[in-house]
Formats: sequence, C-alpha cells, structure tokens
Amino acid sequence: MANVLTVDDSVSLRKLVANTLASAGHQVAEASNGAEALEVIKTKTFNLIISDINMPVMDGLTFIKHVRVLAAYKFTPILVLTTEMDPAKKKVAKESGATGWLVKPFDPEQLLTTIRKVLG
Amino acid sequence: MEQQGSTKLDGTKTASANEQLLTFIVDGEEYGVDILRVQEIRSWSNPMPIPNTPHYIKGVINIRGDVVAIADLRERLGLPKLEYGATTVIVVLRVNAGGHERVMGVIVDAMSDVTNVPQAAIKPPPTFKNSAEGSLAKGIVTLEAAAAEFGGRVPAAV
Amino acid sequence: MTNRLADIQQELMGTFFEEAVEALTQIESGLLALEKCQDDPGRIHELVNDVFRAAHSIKGGAATFGLTQIAEVAHHAETLLDRLRSGSMKPNAQITSLLLSSVDTLRALVQWSSSGDGSDAPATDALCKDLDAAAQQLGAGSERDTAAASKPASEVRKARYQIKFVPKPDMLTTGNDAVRLLRELTLLGDTKVIADTSRLPGLREVELTKCYLGWTIELEGAVTRAQIDEVFSWVDDDAEIKIDELVERSSAAAAQSGERPHDPAARAPEHAGDRDGGGSIRVSVGKLDMLMNMVGELVITQSILGELEGDGPIDVKRLASLRDGLALLARNTRALQESVMSLRSMPIGTVLSRFPRLVHDLSRQLGKQVELKLSGQTTEVDKTVLEKLGDPLTHLVRNSLDHGIEKPEVRRARGKPETGTLSIRAFHRGGDIVVELEDDGGGLDLVKILARAKERGLVGQDDVLSDEQIRELIFAPGFSTAEVVSDVSGRGVGMDVVRRNIKAIGGQIQMSSVQGQGTRTTLRLPLTLAIIDGQLVGVGSYTYVVPLLSILESVEINRARVSQFEGKLPLYRLRDDLVPIVSLGGVLGVTTGRMSLDSGLLVVVETDGERLGLLVDELQAQQQVVVKSLETNYEHVEGLAGATILGDGSIALILDVQGIARLARSAQGSSVVRAA
Repeated sequence: MANVLTVDDSVSLRKLVANTLASAGHQVAEASNGAEALEVIKTKTFNLIISDINMPVMDGLTFIKHVRVLAAYKFTPILVLTTEMDPAKKKVAKESGATGWLVKPFDPEQLLTTIRKVLG
Repeated sequence: MEQQGSTKLDGTKTASANEQLLTFIVDGEEYGVDILRVQEIRSWSNPMPIPNTPHYIKGVINIRGDVVAIADLRERLGLPKLEYGATTVIVVLRVNAGGHERVMGVIVDAMSDVTNVPQAAIKPPPTFKNSAEGSLAKGIVTLEAAAAEFGGRVPAAV
Repeated sequence: MTNRLADIQQELMGTFFEEAVEALTQIESGLLALEKCQDDPGRIHELVNDVFRAAHSIKGGAATFGLTQIAEVAHHAETLLDRLRSGSMKPNAQITSLLLSSVDTLRALVQWSSSGDGSDAPATDALCKDLDAAAQQLGAGSERDTAAASKPASEVRKARYQIKFVPKPDMLTTGNDAVRLLRELTLLGDTKVIADTSRLPGLREVELTKCYLGWTIELEGAVTRAQIDEVFSWVDDDAEIKIDELVERSSAAAAQSGERPHDPAARAPEHAGDRDGGGSIRVSVGKLDMLMNMVGELVITQSILGELEGDGPIDVKRLASLRDGLALLARNTRALQESVMSLRSMPIGTVLSRFPRLVHDLSRQLGKQVELKLSGQTTEVDKTVLEKLGDPLTHLVRNSLDHGIEKPEVRRARGKPETGTLSIRAFHRGGDIVVELEDDGGGLDLVKILARAKERGLVGQDDVLSDEQIRELIFAPGFSTAEVVSDVSGRGVGMDVVRRNIKAIGGQIQMSSVQGQGTRTTLRLPLTLAIIDGQLVGVGSYTYVVPLLSILESVEINRARVSQFEGKLPLYRLRDDLVPIVSLGGVLGVTTGRMSLDSGLLVVVETDGERLGLLVDELQAQQQVVVKSLETNYEHVEGLAGATILGDGSIALILDVQGIARLARSAQGSSVVRAA
C-alpha cells in the first residue's frame, strides 16, 4: 500500500482519483495545483504522484520539473492526467519528467490497474 | 430487552410470532403500543400551551432541545379529565405522519408493562364511538390497533 | 466496474455538477465581458483562454463521469473556442449568441442529469451542428479527435514474439522501471527473458542512476502486437524497442477475445438517478479552522470550570472564579455561534451573478439599453435566506427593466443618457442585510397607479391617499399597470408575491421613487433564519418572544389614550398615530392578570406597513433565540413563528406578528379586553 499524491484543480476529478485509490488501500494526499502540491511534498514522501496538467497558479508540467529536482523523487513514478495525448504533447510531458500518462476519461478500474503495475 | 422478529431496513416487519407492546393504563383500561415506536417515557412536566389547538393538545415540552407536542389521551378519547399526579406519565412516541417522522408525547395515567402478544391474537379494532382509531392530533397517525384476550384483562391497543 | 468503484463515482458526480455549474457561470461572464471588451488583444486573449479552459474542464469531467451528452456539447464548444484562441479572435455577435446558447443547453443538461427525473434529455444535435459549422468557418485548426478508443475485440490467436528491449541509460530518471516493464510482459504470456550485460562497465564506473542492461524476451501466448506496444507506450522514446512476430503455424487457435474494452459506453449511466435533497454547501477551509479554534477554546473553558468543582465549601473566592468562568463560557459560546452561523452563509454574489445575463437578454428583448452595476457581492447571507432571495430579486429586476427604465428615444427626449442604469447594492446595516435596487428610470407614476387602483376597485373613487399609501397599492394582489401584459413581468402577479416571499424569510420590502428620475427598492433581511434577536415578554405566567426586527417601540399604556369602538380593535393614540391594540393574552388564550387596558405594556410592532400595539404584562430580556420550528414535530400554528428554549430549559413561543394581527382581527367580536 503506497503513499500517493494526487493533484488536480477539479475537485470532483481529484476526489475520484483519491477515493478510488483509497478504496484499494492506498494512503492518498491531495493538492489543487502545482504550488500547493510542492508544499504537500514537504510533509511526507510519496511513492507515486498523479497530476493534471492544466491547473491555475502552477501547472502540472512545471510542478513535475520542480519535483524531479528533489533527490528523493528522482525515480518516483509521476503520471499525468490528460484529455489527449498526441505525440507532441507526449514529448513535452516526458521532457518535463513525467513517467507516463493516463488519458481522460479514464475508468476507475483502469486507474487501479495502471497504479498496480506502476507500483509493482 | 430482546427484539422479537426483525425490522427490515425499509421499516416493514418480517413475520414474527410475537409482537412486543408497551402497555399503559388510561381510565382503568389497559392499552398497548408497538414498543419499537416508543422513544422514551418521561414523568410529568408542565407543557407550554399553544393557542388555537384542539383541547386535548396540551402544549409543547422540551425534550433535550427538541420541541415536542403532547396530547392528553384521556381527553382525546373523550374521557373525563384527571388531575395530573405523581404517576402521570408521558409516553414519547416516534410516529410517521405527513410524510416524515415526528416525535409526539401522549399523557397517560400510569405505565403498565412490556408484554409479548402473539400476532395471531391481534384482531382488527372494533369501531369506537368517538373514533378512537387512534388519530392523535390532526391526522397524525394510526398506531397499531388490536384487540386481544390477554390474561384476563382486555388490552385494546390504540 | 466493481460496485464500490461505481459508488465512488456516483458520489462524486454531485461534486462534478457543482463544478460544472460554476464553470458555466465563468463561461457566461467571460463571454459577456468579451462583448464589452474593446480592442485590447491582451485582455481578449486572456478572456478567451479562460472561457476555453472552463469548457475544457467541463468536457474532461463530464467524460470521466460518463455524462456523454454533456461531454459532447462541451467538446464542440471547446473546439470553437480553441479556434478563437489560436487566432486570438474576439467572438462576433453570432458566435457569442451561439456560445451563450450552449451555456443554457449545458445548464439544462446538468439540471436534467442531476435530477434524474426520467424525462427526456434536452436535444443537442442541432446545437452541436451549429457549433461545428461556426468552428469550420473560422478555419481548420489542429485536429481534435476524440473518437472513442474502442478497439474491436478481435479474435486473439496464439503468437510468438521476439522483443528486444534496450533502455537508454537515462530511462530510469523518468521514473520508469525496467523490471516493472518486464514483469508486465511476463503477465501477458509465457516468457523467456535473456539479459544482455554487455554494456555494463566496471564496478568503479557504474553510475547508479543509469541503466546499462538490455533484454531479449521471447513471448508466447494469446497476445496482440498492440498489447505489447501498450506495455512500452510510456518509454518508446527512452528505449530501443524492437518487436518481431515469429510466425509459426499453430494448430490450437485460441478463441480468446478478452480484450480490455476501452469502450466509454460501458460506464455509469447519464442519469445520476436519485440525488438526496439534503443540499450541501461549500465552506472555506478558513472558516472551518476558525470553528476548530472556537471549539478548542470551549474545551479549555470547560476544563477551567471543571476545576472549580472540588471538595470544600463554595467560598466567595470560588464563586468569583465560577462567575469568571461562566462569563468566559458565554463569550466562547457566542463566538462559536457566530462561527457556525458564518458557515451557513454564502456571498450574495452567487444569487446576483445571474443578473448580468438576465439584463443582457432582457434589454435586447425589450429594445432598451441598460447597464447593470453590482456591488457588495461578497456580503454574506445565510444559505436559506439566499435560496429564497433569487425569485423576488429576479422579479424586481424584470420590473425595473420592463416598467422602470424607458426606451432610448424616451430617455433622450427626457434629457437622460440613452443607456439606463440599474444598480444592485448589498451591504450589512445594523445587524440586517440590506439589498437595494435602484434604477434611473421613470419612477413610480403615482397618478397612474391611483387611477388603476380605482379602476380595479381597490380604492373608492373619492378616496384621497397619501403618496405613501399609493405606493403601497403596488403590493395589492392582482395589481398591475402594464398596458399590455408583457410576457416579461407577467400578469402583475408580481409585487404581492414578492412581498410575501420576502416576508417568508423574515424580511421587509420598501419602495421609494421620484417621478421621472427613478425608483429605489429596499429589502431588509435578517442575517439568518435560524437565530433571531428577540424581545422576551411576559403574558400571564408564560414567556413569549417578539422578533426584535418588527418592534418599533414599547410604551407603558396610558388609559387616557385609549379609545374604543364597537366591532373594532381598541385604538391607542401614540403621538400622531392611532395604533390598534391587541391583547396578547386574549389572542393566545392565556388568562393574564391584566385583562383590562388600565395597565400593562404596549409593544408597538410594524408589519406590512401597518402598526399594531401588543399588550403584554411585562418586558423581559432582549436576547438572541434559536428558532425551533413547530412544524418539525407538530404543525404550523397561526400566530406563531416557532418556539425556542430559554436558558432555564423552559419553552417560549415565538410570535409571528402578522399572524397575531390576523387572529386579532378575526376574533374582534369576542375580544375579552374591556375597560375597567
């Protein structure tokens, strides 16, 4: 069971991810944008981060760039949630440091399966 | 106190051999009410009268912060009024009326007992002259109505 | 989907609906702002971007929750907005109107979805087509294809693959783990994995963050090429991947069609079904923190008081400490009460936010030019009051546009600017909320009103009325001065209903106007329904509560000023006015010591523009009381607004002044009050 951080400015989507993961026994923390997420990261160590891209204050990709700088998070899986994934966007996300992505709309079942794989 | 039979989540009761009644006395007669409807029993306290209400509605009392109306069962049944005394008791009931659950109090002479009455012995009520079908206060509720021979006394549940 | 996951999704759908509603409001105000916006490319781009993002987020959320119709409309709107965005274009009138329609349709869809009432869904095909056409006209943008990724479940036959997987040295820094990828492959079928360690340098040169290994994997099973691609989908830039199918005749054709369906159709139904009508409220974290602090203080106070318990006699010192402790407790409780009250309150802006759109549409419809000015949107109002404020305010706004503000030609002729102004201001004043609507229209035409009233038989032909009284006529049921019953304001059912609604939330409404210059309507509302400021009065041995909001003054009754007439309520001469006297004892059926008018206190109250004097035995304290509804456990009683529980645990009934007036009037003949 892992410590997961989910970041999304849409409360309903964020809680969907959070509650889905919690139902599978993970410990989930939340943040509503990149800046808030950076604060939350200071409070404990996460095994997995799931972040939306479009958010106010600090967007997802900027957030990931900041996170990758931290020693503890060099190899942590970070997934982005996005509505579409054309090759150009994929490249930008990977370059910012994302591990992979989940395409919206996603099925909670799919989410859990992907998480299971990523966390090993 | 054991529950006889069981109540399903939607409030209906599964068939059980017995029905548990809380019995009390009004004017020498014994009456009973489904124990699952009884919230509590309180000793007498002076109600605050409410204007423009039927004569048997004595007013409201404070039950742990809730404002609850109480009705005098004697007066409702058209019986002569009695002075409220040491044994006067208020039976606080949960009833379903007007679409939602309400709490109401009923003033009775004295408490009797908790008894098990076999379902089979409960017969539909005879028609009383003053429509004691059991509607307390304006169209509130019809409580379980039963007539049964029981231990020599004749309890009629209102 | 498992039941539990389906439940989670269902629970959060309500939250999504709330978010969608907010996003739609954002889109609407963005569009209205764009209309007003002059040539300021920076601002235009910013606004279009905001509107686009709001539409985008509605689309994403709707799709996730399986609300395909909403997602579809949002998608088409988003496409159109994207074209505008990339061209930094301001939407023209046609596009604006189309997008505003989309907002309306989306609102209707959200409403329909959340009510789950089984009716037919609003139609959206035409709208989507129009949005598409508009987007096409703006030129081709980037292809935004959201075709459902429904892979046809093909028959999967057994196959053999040879996979070469050589991660680039830096693959690990993306958080991807080669071992995990290998494991995923092993889950697909039978595998044979051979590692290639040739790139591994000497131990001294090994960098722990780099990947030096490569693998050759033989995979056999009912696996498709697509499945293997999927395993590597995140890392195809970070590794060398070569997948070759080893074609071999296999006699045993696996008839598995177990593809993981990506079919979005197999999701929670559009209709959210039953939503409990409990209502919810969004509360700022700050308020909750404040509440926690209050509770903390209360706990401390409680322990202070607890310490005063103890052995030994209660001496003066202890008594003093007790008194202090109780004072502290009173302060804490008050603070806690205010905190909780503030939780229930929301900014009035949530109700006012609908008016820009309303004024925009209505003024076009009526051929008038109106500017709406809002202020005080952050003024906080209790949730229940807020909910009931919407309709009356809407009606007042419609009235102002319909009857108040004149057409541009008329205004010009009167020397006024062609664009009329309607301002709505909300603020706190003396413990109440005040909402003022003021327009610079034609004002109330008193002559016309009086004429109409006479026409309707509401006043006698020869009656002479003061200006104040004429204004009051507006509130009479069925009154209307509309020449033509415009479908905007309706059949003059307006003002009396508005007043009734305002009263129902414990407020008052007043109008004043200067002919030719404008009208001002003032609403005074209580801060909250559940707690009111009350004046405790004693009648006989009982205590009642008169809402402070309705009390004008209290006087000791002077018999000399009482005049009585047959069949009417006795009148009291209060300075220049004659105020009818109502004996509370009589109306409430309480035998009071004072059944006569010789002595007692007269509490002068105002209701519906008229005054009344309530005769009581004594005045007690003024305090805040928590209103407990009688209807919870009993039923509505005329003359009573509820009950409250006093400090000593006894019950005091709260009077509804209007109801009392009614009761008194109907019981006139049988009133027991007589002169000594």
